[in-house]
Amino acid sequence: MPEHTATLSGDAGRQFYLTEEHHVKNGTLLGFWVYLMSDCLIFACLFAAYAVLGRNFDGGPTGADLFDLRLVAVNTALLLLSSLTYGFALLQGRKGRIGSLLGWLAVTGLLGAGFLGLELYEFTHLIREGAGPQRSAFLSAFFALVGTHGLHVTFGIVWLIVLIAQIRMHGLIIPNKRRLMCLSMFWHFLDVIWIGVFTVVYLMGVLP
Amino acid sequence: MPDQPVTQSLLFGRLTWDAIPLHEPILVVTFIAVAAGAIAVLGALTYFRVWGYLWREWFTSIDHKKIGVMYVVLGLIMLLRGFADALMMRTQQAIAFGENAGYLPPHHYDQIFTAHGVIMIFFVAMPLVTGLMNYVVPLQIGARDVAFPFLNNFSFWMTTVGAVLVMMSLFVGEFARTGWLAYPPLSGILNSPDVGVDYYIWALQIAGVGTVLSGVNLLVTIVKMRAPGMNMMRMPIFTWTALCTNVLIVVTFPVLTATLALLTLDRYLGANFFTADGGGNAMMYVNLIWIWGHPEVYILVLPAFGIFSEVVPTFCRKRLFGYASMVYATVVITVLSYLVWLHHFFTMGSGASVNSFFGITTMIISIPTGAKVFNWLFTMYRGRIRFEVPMLWTMGFMVTFVIGGMTGVLLAVPPADFALHNSLFLVAHFHNVIIGGVVFGLFAGITYWFPKAFGYRLDPFWGKWSFWLWLVGFYLAFMPLYVLGLLGVTRRMNHFEDASLQIWFQLAALGALLIAGGIACFLVQLYVSFKRREALRDTTGDPWGGRTLEWSTSSPPPAYNYAFTPLVHDRDAWWQMKQLGYTRPQDGFIAIHMPANTWAGIVLAGLSMVMGFALIWHMWPLAILSFIALIGVAIFHTFNYHRDYYLPADDVARCEADRTQLLASHA
Repeated sequence: MPEHTATLSGDAGRQFYLTEEHHVKNGTLLGFWVYLMSDCLIFACLFAAYAVLGRNFDGGPTGADLFDLRLVAVNTALLLLSSLTYGFALLQGRKGRIGSLLGWLAVTGLLGAGFLGLELYEFTHLIREGAGPQRSAFLSAFFALVGTHGLHVTFGIVWLIVLIAQIRMHGLIIPNKRRLMCLSMFWHFLDVIWIGVFTVVYLMGVLP
Repeated sequence: MPDQPVTQSLLFGRLTWDAIPLHEPILVVTFIAVAAGAIAVLGALTYFRVWGYLWREWFTSIDHKKIGVMYVVLGLIMLLRGFADALMMRTQQAIAFGENAGYLPPHHYDQIFTAHGVIMIFFVAMPLVTGLMNYVVPLQIGARDVAFPFLNNFSFWMTTVGAVLVMMSLFVGEFARTGWLAYPPLSGILNSPDVGVDYYIWALQIAGVGTVLSGVNLLVTIVKMRAPGMNMMRMPIFTWTALCTNVLIVVTFPVLTATLALLTLDRYLGANFFTADGGGNAMMYVNLIWIWGHPEVYILVLPAFGIFSEVVPTFCRKRLFGYASMVYATVVITVLSYLVWLHHFFTMGSGASVNSFFGITTMIISIPTGAKVFNWLFTMYRGRIRFEVPMLWTMGFMVTFVIGGMTGVLLAVPPADFALHNSLFLVAHFHNVIIGGVVFGLFAGITYWFPKAFGYRLDPFWGKWSFWLWLVGFYLAFMPLYVLGLLGVTRRMNHFEDASLQIWFQLAALGALLIAGGIACFLVQLYVSFKRREALRDTTGDPWGGRTLEWSTSSPPPAYNYAFTPLVHDRDAWWQMKQLGYTRPQDGFIAIHMPANTWAGIVLAGLSMVMGFALIWHMWPLAILSFIALIGVAIFHTFNYHRDYYLPADDVARCEADRTQLLASHA
């Protein structure tokens, strides 16, 4: 390997290892971000399914018949507001005020619970009217997409409660800060998805 | 199970004693054999009191090396099951002509070809690939472990649970009879009312969680944990292919998850995604599943390409030819693999423009792949080739894979595909690339890194027998299928009328027998090598004259991999270190930060298994309970903040001193 020896001559005495501990950068936030993107693809599939099936009413009710935009507007407001309050919580956390951090987290959770409550009300209402997921491909796709988002919010609220308990137990130690950031990404991510749902399912759904 | 039980009990759902296939002698005999084997193994483990050892050192281990080894063991065990299915199919097709109905009724035969495909892809190829990446990647990049050691353990157990569920379907109930991708409406509740498809769904969903998490894990490991100095263009090619494969895993497995979830909704809640009525669209399933399915084959073959790219330079004592083009080819394949899925169903009738687009993108993939083949050839050119076993597998691959690639380009031409679609030509093609590419690559990789993992080389005599039997067996088994496919024979048949075809099937069966011999030789090789381990011992840590970092540490490496984090100045980092007269550090050791073992992975996976089983059999109370337990244990685990410890400097010093002594005694 002439090429090799040429480049290596005069390199003797080079250091080949660190003599101190190598501090590897923590990968949790990147890992969680990558996970969120994979989750985003699950939603992408559900959106695609809705795009393909969203007008297959099978003689049943259409979006225009079913959706109550005022209810959805309230719902959307609750969820967007909860992202704002999560932001407030983070700001308080940065200042080290654990009490008001927890307070804003609790408000965020309550707003999320309100969102879920309205969604459950909508679902039960639709099912009682005979517009359940079995009725048509449109409704299957609707329940799958909106329901998956709702399940994510439910999971987010459970996580929020656990995290509140953990911050109360241990304070804002580094792992808890990291978890707070991960949940923050998760919560905002659900907001972004909801904007897609709101637009594609509800706003476009009520068009004739 | 011919009839669906009419009644469902609350606790046991549709599980009754009828689900145990006592009326099928083949299954009863298999069950007795498996049960006897299991009792023997469990008895031996108890007798030798190794349960505690296994639990402490392996099952709860978060060491990427041990998890890698466990993945490979899982893959090899499942290979035996998947290959038994293959032998049964080959035998059936060789004898079932005219009056002779063979020995497998369609009901059973259909389960076998479904299980064969599912097992070989998900529970043989995937665990073997993931296992090698797990073992090798952190070593190659000079890291101590992966980014998320606990998740790594959890991922492994989730994959194992998927495999266990598939195995369970053999003896409790039945497996799907739908083909390995379970196309609806056949896999819908109307046409497959029994538990087969449910076993399929939950096995893949649970294993899929493990696969995605391990994808995220290795991706972050490669991005964040490389040794100082190792920039992207100094990464070993195997690490590059691992990076691309894990990117593909993260961007495609969620599609599989979503698709199977929609099928689940159809089956469990009466939704109408893929049904023939209610506005459903079955072709949407076919599109979605192949959006996952096509990248999946690249998920498998890219690491194999990576293995060849490590083996060729090592056994030719030459720097890899065209490193940069190899990297770009890998990345281009990664991107293109996402743009070709429709070539699996040109016959859907999406029109000439769409078919042309996908036909052309498919053909374009052969360009970067061809570039890779030339790179390996040019690396060999004027190199000092040593015909060790990994190199034999590599050369077998280069010939076989090129043939498979050419039949692939043939199939990428839509008009040709219309004639060859669903025929044995297709079956021959994908076995040609999967066996010739993935399997040969995995055997090359296992043989290549075995001394690193266990401290002794595999016996080359039996390795060569294994290779030649596999190679000749492969050609004998699959070239006749090309002929049959061109004659118009469709796949998945368990009986034929035209006696003139029989000779080809008999030849194929003979080929399958030769491959069986190859697998047997591999097992003998493991046994013989273990017996002769002192003679085959690798004391240097560098048995082949390697070029990348993993050969700079001992064989097997210590738990912490490297006493000091390596500093990288060159692509072939270890080769350069050897050239410049690197000397091992003898003192100044420091305490090393290590992750601690945890029980959480195996417990969470165990609960997932109970939940999966309960969902398959509609045991709703058990399903709910196990789900609550799953969430509860997961939350409980998050309250554990003590997940690491420091290995004292004295321990490191002792370990390194042992190695110094070993090196000196064999110098």
